[in-house]
Amino acid sequence: MSDTASVSLALREKAERRRSRLLTLPAVLVITIFGILPLLVIVAFSFMSPGAYGGVEPPFTLEAYVSFLFSRDIFDDTLTFTPDYVLIYLRSLTFALGTTFVCLLLGFPTAYFMVTRPVESRKWWLLLVTIPFWSNLLIRTYAIMFIIRDEGLINNTLIGMGLINQPIVMLYTNFSIVLGLFYSFLPFMVLPLYSSLEKLDFRLVEAGYDLYATRSRVLWRIIVPMAKPGIVAGCLLVFIPTIGAYVTPLILGGGTHLMVGDLIAQQFGSSRNWPLGAAQAIILMAGVLVALFFYVRTTSEAKLHG
Amino acid sequence: MTVLESRQGLEIHHVGKVFSQPGRPDFRALDDVSIRIRPNEFFTLLGPSGCGKTTLLRMIAGFEHPSEGEIRLDGADISVKAPYERPVNTVFQSYALFPHLTVEDNISFGLEMLRRPKASIDETVTRMLALVRMTEMRNRKIQQISGGQQQRVALARALAPHPKLLLLDEPLSALDLKLRKEMQIELKRLQHETGITFIFVTHDQEEALTMSDRIAVMSAGRVQQIGSPRDIYDRPANRFAASFIGETNFVTVKLLTVSATSGELELPGGTVIHAGVPDGVKFSPGKATIVVRPEHAELVGAGAGNLAGTVTNIVYFGTDTHYHLRLKDESSFIVRRQNRHGLSFGPAIGDEVGVLIGEGVAQLVED
Ligand SMILES: Nc1ncnc2c1ncn2[C@@H]1O[C@H](COP(=O)(O)OP(=O)(O)O)[C@@H](O)[C@H]1O
Ligand SMILES: [Mg+2]
Repeated sequence: MSDTASVSLALREKAERRRSRLLTLPAVLVITIFGILPLLVIVAFSFMSPGAYGGVEPPFTLEAYVSFLFSRDIFDDTLTFTPDYVLIYLRSLTFALGTTFVCLLLGFPTAYFMVTRPVESRKWWLLLVTIPFWSNLLIRTYAIMFIIRDEGLINNTLIGMGLINQPIVMLYTNFSIVLGLFYSFLPFMVLPLYSSLEKLDFRLVEAGYDLYATRSRVLWRIIVPMAKPGIVAGCLLVFIPTIGAYVTPLILGGGTHLMVGDLIAQQFGSSRNWPLGAAQAIILMAGVLVALFFYVRTTSEAKLHG
Repeated sequence: MTVLESRQGLEIHHVGKVFSQPGRPDFRALDDVSIRIRPNEFFTLLGPSGCGKTTLLRMIAGFEHPSEGEIRLDGADISVKAPYERPVNTVFQSYALFPHLTVEDNISFGLEMLRRPKASIDETVTRMLALVRMTEMRNRKIQQISGGQQQRVALARALAPHPKLLLLDEPLSALDLKLRKEMQIELKRLQHETGITFIFVTHDQEEALTMSDRIAVMSAGRVQQIGSPRDIYDRPANRFAASFIGETNFVTVKLLTVSATSGELELPGGTVIHAGVPDGVKFSPGKATIVVRPEHAELVGAGAGNLAGTVTNIVYFGTDTHYHLRLKDESSFIVRRQNRHGLSFGPAIGDEVGVLIGEGVAQLVED
């Protein structure tokens, strides 16, 4: 190749690179404006001091993070470990794990049912699954409330039929919170499961039966391992929003069960302690990032294996 | 039960299969199929695409259930048993190897499901890997081996539980010609070494002829003929079997007299010859069809032999030459001649020639 040719090639490559950088600009802008900047603001807030009427003011301090774990004695400044917030996080974690588990337990058969329908009818099942998305979360949550409260649809029907005398208390319990979260986030579980099960080669299932695997062993040894990326994605998509859920636990828990979402909202509202709210949000996010890290690791492993 | 009784092999007894789908008329994929496959046999189902070979194989494996009839394995009715309850394994056309498992784990899968002890599983896997010459690939992932190697793993996986029947659905169709020839020999060796009954599906007549102990020729959901490759090639039962296997000439003749084994008939030119009768087929005097294989007919000078025609085309194949003739009744006829040294008689296109159909060469066939 002549020198001029290689120079013009190099120039063309450079122009090419410049153009592709230009094309990524919108994405970079969106991520910066809507993702990174607000995050930086929250991080900054978490290291400042609360203003008297909300907001933040200098000086910079670690106080918010310290007060997450400790309470400071107002007389002698000694720190005592106070697990209150940690317990709230653990409760949220429990609810999120419980909801994720219930979603997986019911979402897997649902997705499996959908992918085993004839191709033409699958789109209708997909539509049905996504129906909850069509109405506002608040409305959906109130709808559940009307169904399960003491004078709600279920209790009235059962009493009307003479099956029970006293209403069964369902609203404002752990059950109602999990029910609400489950109902709100089930599609986030079903859709990734559907897409990974749809890729499953059913000839592998037949090969399993042919090699003396019973139904349950085919499920555990073949279907579940092959659907693993969908299972992991679905679990994260349910787990991440439920651990910080605000509206559903508030309405269906009736404020009896304080959760991370309520807690953070409180700091920015009635407590007027924005730095603490920001710190709590950062701590929640750090936890979620750890979960994401595990997700990336397992799926890249799954790719290596599968 | 005596040893003899327990080794009855596979009996497919008047089996039929109708597929019903909503919104479409029922489709009959198999019609009154009866086949008896002996232990240790290399049995081939041969037929064009869509004739029901896979459907029959899937019923033997247990993935489909017969609409009519019965499937018995060593005397026991297995028609409605689940696939995992049958001592039958399949080599799938797509191989269907488990992509999330290694070569070793694929081969041991069936043995683990049968809850064989760990030591015996290890020993069997090692033996199977050696049998299919894949010992070095033991710990590879399925994506890390070639198509031909995947084929071997699929074979090893299906042979490992030592099934009574091994079903192979067009296992060689995805391989290139050279590899296919190698695997044909390999399969025969495996069948011989393991002593397992192989039921082999193919639409390739040459493959069927070279590999099988016996062949069932199928067409449109029915069995057309069952017999050894020689039987089927030399004594085809009907027009379909004759034309599907090898090249053949059909000649319309006048049948004069016929017995259970032989018929006397008049050729288009007026000469009278004898033809064989396929087993169990009834003929009556009158118009009939005979088949003559191109290599069984002999080219002779004009006026000689018992058929007369004109050479329309000559195709040279290296080992032999095909002479395409037009007979007096406008039908076409092919004679195949081996290219030996010192062949004196070599007609050219347009020449008048005679064809000699020797005694015992012609076969009557059902239309
Ligand atoms: N599950 C099914 N539903 C409806 N028709 C089917 C089904 N399976 C096979 N068929 C039909 O049965 C016929 C025979 O198919 P198959 O056994 O696969 O033939 P082959 O293996 O000889 O090519 C085909 O016409 C095919 O379309
Ligand atoms: Mg087929």
